[in-house]
Amino acid sequence: MANSSRNNAFVEFERVQKSYDGENLVVKDLNLTLPRGEFLTMLGPSGSGKTTCLMMLAGFETATHGDIRLDGVSINHIPPHKRGIGMVFQNYALFPHMTIAENLSFPLEVRGMGKSEREQKVKRALDMVEMGAFGGRRPSQLSGGQQQRIALARALVFEPELVLMDEPLGALDKQLREKMQFEITRLAHNLGITTVYVTHDQTEALTMSDRVAVFNDGRIQQLAPPNELYEAPVNSFVAQFIGENNTMEGTIKEITGNQALVQLDDGEVIRCKPVNVYKPGERARVSIRPERVEYNKDRMQEGAHTIKAEVLEFIYMGDIFRTRLKVAGNEEFIIKTRNAPDQVRLQAGQQIEIGWMPEDCHALDA
Amino acid sequence: MSDATLSPAAMADTMPEQLTTADGKPLKQALIRAQSHARRRAFLLVAPLLAFILLTFVMPIGQMLHRSVHNEGFTWHEDVASGERTRIMANLSQWFDQNELGTEPGEAAFAALAADLVVLREVKAAGQAGTRINYERSGSRSMFTKAARRAQRLEAPFKEAIVDLDEDWLDPDLWRVMRDASSSYTANFYLAALDRTKDADGNVTPVNENRQVYVKLFQRTLFLSIVITFMTFILAYPIAHLLATLPLAKSNLLMILVLLPFWTSLLVRTTSWMVLLQSQGVVNDALVSTGILADDNRLEMMYNQAGTLIAMTHILLPFMVLPLYSVMRPINPSYVRAARSLGATSWTAFRRVYFPQTVPGIGAGALLVFILAVGYYITPALVGGADGQLISNLIAFHMQNSLNWSLAAALAALLLGGILLLYWLYDRLVGIDNLKLG
Ligand SMILES: Nc1ncnc2c1ncn2[C@@H]1O[C@H](COP(=O)(O)OP(=O)(O)OP(=O)(O)O)[C@@H](O)[C@H]1O
Ligand SMILES: [Mg+2]
Repeated sequence: MANSSRNNAFVEFERVQKSYDGENLVVKDLNLTLPRGEFLTMLGPSGSGKTTCLMMLAGFETATHGDIRLDGVSINHIPPHKRGIGMVFQNYALFPHMTIAENLSFPLEVRGMGKSEREQKVKRALDMVEMGAFGGRRPSQLSGGQQQRIALARALVFEPELVLMDEPLGALDKQLREKMQFEITRLAHNLGITTVYVTHDQTEALTMSDRVAVFNDGRIQQLAPPNELYEAPVNSFVAQFIGENNTMEGTIKEITGNQALVQLDDGEVIRCKPVNVYKPGERARVSIRPERVEYNKDRMQEGAHTIKAEVLEFIYMGDIFRTRLKVAGNEEFIIKTRNAPDQVRLQAGQQIEIGWMPEDCHALDA
Repeated sequence: MSDATLSPAAMADTMPEQLTTADGKPLKQALIRAQSHARRRAFLLVAPLLAFILLTFVMPIGQMLHRSVHNEGFTWHEDVASGERTRIMANLSQWFDQNELGTEPGEAAFAALAADLVVLREVKAAGQAGTRINYERSGSRSMFTKAARRAQRLEAPFKEAIVDLDEDWLDPDLWRVMRDASSSYTANFYLAALDRTKDADGNVTPVNENRQVYVKLFQRTLFLSIVITFMTFILAYPIAHLLATLPLAKSNLLMILVLLPFWTSLLVRTTSWMVLLQSQGVVNDALVSTGILADDNRLEMMYNQAGTLIAMTHILLPFMVLPLYSVMRPINPSYVRAARSLGATSWTAFRRVYFPQTVPGIGAGALLVFILAVGYYITPALVGGADGQLISNLIAFHMQNSLNWSLAAALAALLLGGILLLYWLYDRLVGIDNLKLG
């Protein structure tokens, strides 16, 4: 306890490794510290080890190596039912043979709570997710979104300090998802719960979390708040994985402090901000967000780097225009512009000049 | 169905009236006509199956039920060669109609009997009639054959003449049995199947204690079937669980092992149990040679109830494993995980979350095994010895040896009724829609 309040860590993974078959490491050297009350999202492609991490935390898998601590206490040898961690499963795992109220009452019953107290808490939990009228139904009589809420209520009803959610919104349609994303974050913040949330939907990760851990290949590639993740990815995997990105490959020509010159493979030289490239001669991948590229001369800022481009396709998407260009040999160069009244609409075949600020253009590992 | 679309106009102004199709026909009729073709085709498709079931299932069972209350042994004779049917015991039957039960048979009765005996002799039906009476009163058959042989020479006063042949002709019980048998329809075989009989006054009484077999056998069959069902459940549950949780490649291999008994002949399997379990068998030999048992103290595991129990549990095991497996396989492991994360110990998670979800499979397996066990025949006949016989063995005995088909039918009908009753109980308690066979 004293330990945890000093370094402010509620959940800690320390040098955790996991292998299922003794040949491949599914989780390689995981280090993660989670302060109380934080909403952390694990984001990553399929098979990157997110669920495995969650299962180790919940106690359904044991770490092959390393230490997992909860509130300063190592939980490697504590069985799942004594960890007091709430969990929401991807398929909700509502018990089909019990009514909704019985489902919610289950964690209280196994804790030996009295009947009247149980009923009171179940009612409060149901009201919390606005499902007060559904206590007598079976899970199969609820819609997906309703089941999702019940699963959430069941994970919260015994007032755990830590809640784990494994892709809880995976099965819902887009609108319901957005609504539930908002509800989950609201509940988590109101109740002050520490949450570990797993998803492979990056929008979900960005909108919900205090911090996002981007997983790939059994490692955390970057652990940062959403804005930092989006604007300052630390390597090309994160840059590619989060949001849309235009990339062009080349070689570093020169690095001076905060600026790098990259010679693209078709000869063009570009000024950008070096991230994880260090010396001339190295291969690099230049990356720039579509919405940071400007083609309207009037809007281009002082000091912008300009380059010639040919319009290949113009797509009208309502709130934005999406234009595909050919830039420095790359035919998949996308730019996004807001549909403003004075915005110029491009046409396929047009030759234009585009520009961006050098600090928006990152030179990353290739 | 293309003509059954509603025209918007029809929809608008005929809403409260009859709905019609675009060309003005009533919608309902159009629908029926459109569907009748499909229905006819569906019926034709199932017709062969329907005929098959009718022929092989409904009719035999109906016949069996009929036979259990119907026996013409004392009323009609059918000549084997010509197929000609002759009414027998007509005079006696008439006398029974005119005189109520309990009337002392006088000269008139014996005269009727004598006349009937002549007919019996003519059509050679004395054995048949005697056998029918013998079902309910042993020792009667020879009385009939003997009396029929001398039928021609009998002269008035018939009472004296016939009693002269055999004192037993005066037995009131014999006359009660003849009275009952003189009508083709009787419930007496059901009474016999329940160890009951009628006394001379027609009151239902239990039969002699040393002749009470059927009720005891029904009880034993019920008891052994319950024990067998329970044992298969105890053995099958963990196996099915293992099968359901192992990766598919391994579980398929194990499944083959479970199904292997299905692919070997029942006789081979039963015989191998005999080899294993008899007193000079493999198991006993091993126990003796390791010194666990004394040579003169070998376990009796064959030709008794233990033999029936062991062999039938083994043979019926797959019928429990398969339904259990089929309900366990789709149970997502996340249910138990969820229960554990909610604070349940592994035992509580099993009891409250896993087990209830397997109940439909348990119900199906138990019902299947129980019904099969209740009617099982070969295995108890081979390994059951005297006290490991089940009711089916006795039914077979009456079918094949004593040739009392009516009693066999009555026993079988009682068995059928018992099973239907259990099925009904099961439906009331568990619900038949909770049954999951696969
Ligand atoms: N029980 C298991 N036995 C063996 N290998 C496993 C097991 N569970 C997961 N793996 C392997 O571990 C790796 C990581 O799996 P994990 O389920 O953690 O991925 P994930 O990041 O949750 O992916 P997804 O987004 O698809 O859910 C995968 O390569 C997977 O094949
Ligand atoms: Mg996963």
